[in-house]
This record gives sequence, C-alpha cells and structure tokens, in this order.
Amino acid sequence: MQVNDNRMRVGEVIEKIGAEVLCCMDSLDKEISLVIASDLMSEVLTVNDDNILLVSGLSNLQLVRTAEMLDIPAVIIVRGKDVTNEMIELATKKGIILAKSADSMFTVCGILHDAGLISVS
Amino acid sequence: MELRYEIEGGDFTAAGNCSSDVKMALKKLGVRPEIIKKAIISLYEAEVNIVAHAYKGIALVDITTDRILCNLTDEGPGIEQIDLAMKPGWSTASQRVREMGFGAGMGLPNILKNCDKFKISSVVGVGTIVEFEVIIK
Repeated sequence: MQVNDNRMRVGEVIEKIGAEVLCCMDSLDKEISLVIASDLMSEVLTVNDDNILLVSGLSNLQLVRTAEMLDIPAVIIVRGKDVTNEMIELATKKGIILAKSADSMFTVCGILHDAGLISVS
Repeated sequence: MELRYEIEGGDFTAAGNCSSDVKMALKKLGVRPEIIKKAIISLYEAEVNIVAHAYKGIALVDITTDRILCNLTDEGPGIEQIDLAMKPGWSTASQRVREMGFGAGMGLPNILKNCDKFKISSVVGVGTIVEFEVIIK
C-alpha cells in the first residue's frame, strides 16, 4: 500500500489545476495524497490505496461508479470533456467531488506532481 | 440477508446498480470498510463482465456474519478458454466496451485477487457462472 504524508485539500488541488467544480462544493476540505491518472477503469479497479484523486479523460457514468466502488473522494475529468447530468447526479448522491479541466492529462499530472502528490502503488 | 439483482447485457447506464446497492447494505450492517472494498470490487467487476459480455444475468448475494457469498449466473456466449480469461490482459471485449473504459482483461484476475474463494464455470453458447466468497471473520 502506498503512503504519502503530503496531503492536500481537494479544494487546493482544484485551485492549482484551475478546474471547474461541478458538484459537492461543500466537500472541498476532503484530503487526498495519491493520484491515479487513467482512462481504463479496469486498471483503476486494481488500486488498493486510500485518499486517492482520480484523473481521467473518460467521461461516462462508469467513471463515477468506479470512484464510488473504491471510495475515491474526488475525480478530475480532463481534456475539456463534456460531463453529463447523469454523472453529476450520481456523484452528488454519492458525495464524490467532480471537477473538469480543459487541460490535457499530461499538464494536469505535471501540476499535481509539482504540488507534491505521488502516484498510487 | 439475501439479495437478488437482474443485470441487463449492454446496459452501461445501469451497470453498477447492484454493486452500489450491496455496498450500502454492507455499510448498514457495519461490515469493516476493508472487507466491503474487497467484496464490492469483486462484485462490480463481475457485474460489469455480464454487462460487457453476456445477454443478461442474475446476481445473488448472500450475507451472513461470517462471509459474503456472491453468485453471478449469466446467459451469454460463455467463455471458450477459462484459463486464458483468467490471465491478466487477455480480453475478448468489443470496441464499444473498451470505449467505456473496460475490457482490459483485468476483471477476473481482480476478482481472484480480492476474494477468498473463487469458482468459475462456463458452457459455450449457454453462459457463465462466477461464484466468490469474501470472509468477514
């Protein structure tokens, strides 16, 4: 299991990335310390860590479901992808922060790396 | 507690409903979070497998104080070579399934990794049965 003592508030992460929060704005004090960046939900489901931020260019309902199953508190959707109302509704119901960035996955990950976050194991 | 769910093949909107419901049930029962995670990851993988590959299926979840037992039986094309299907990275998923973010060939190996007992059987042209157990104590 991966551990990173460098925890950040989700609100602070979103500010650094310049992402737009789509739901659960009252939960931005939640903390994360590890990141997984992937478009493959199959890959994300093999992760065994806690306090994770999920970064993905996949914008569909199963992105939110995957976050739900793994207790992932926040998801950043990159590449300016459209986010459906269904996704926002499900994320709101499950208390998962959804945010959207127009930047590429590479750029967003670079910012997160520079901020001291590290990858899941 | 016994729970039963019908799963429709190809319905990626409903995929996860069964696992989500079971997750809530386990939380209400006070099962430890790390056990819930193992059970729910396994169940979600199995549920998505039915949506991705089969025509339809039934998920039966039996929860006691000792263990969570899940049986997912589907009607579908079946699996020709189970030993290959159990290999990480091996997949017969369609392009549509891959576009949904699945089909990387990690599902069955991931179930095996997260559960304590696992059984799979299949008849080509009929369907597949996946059964697994996660021990609570």
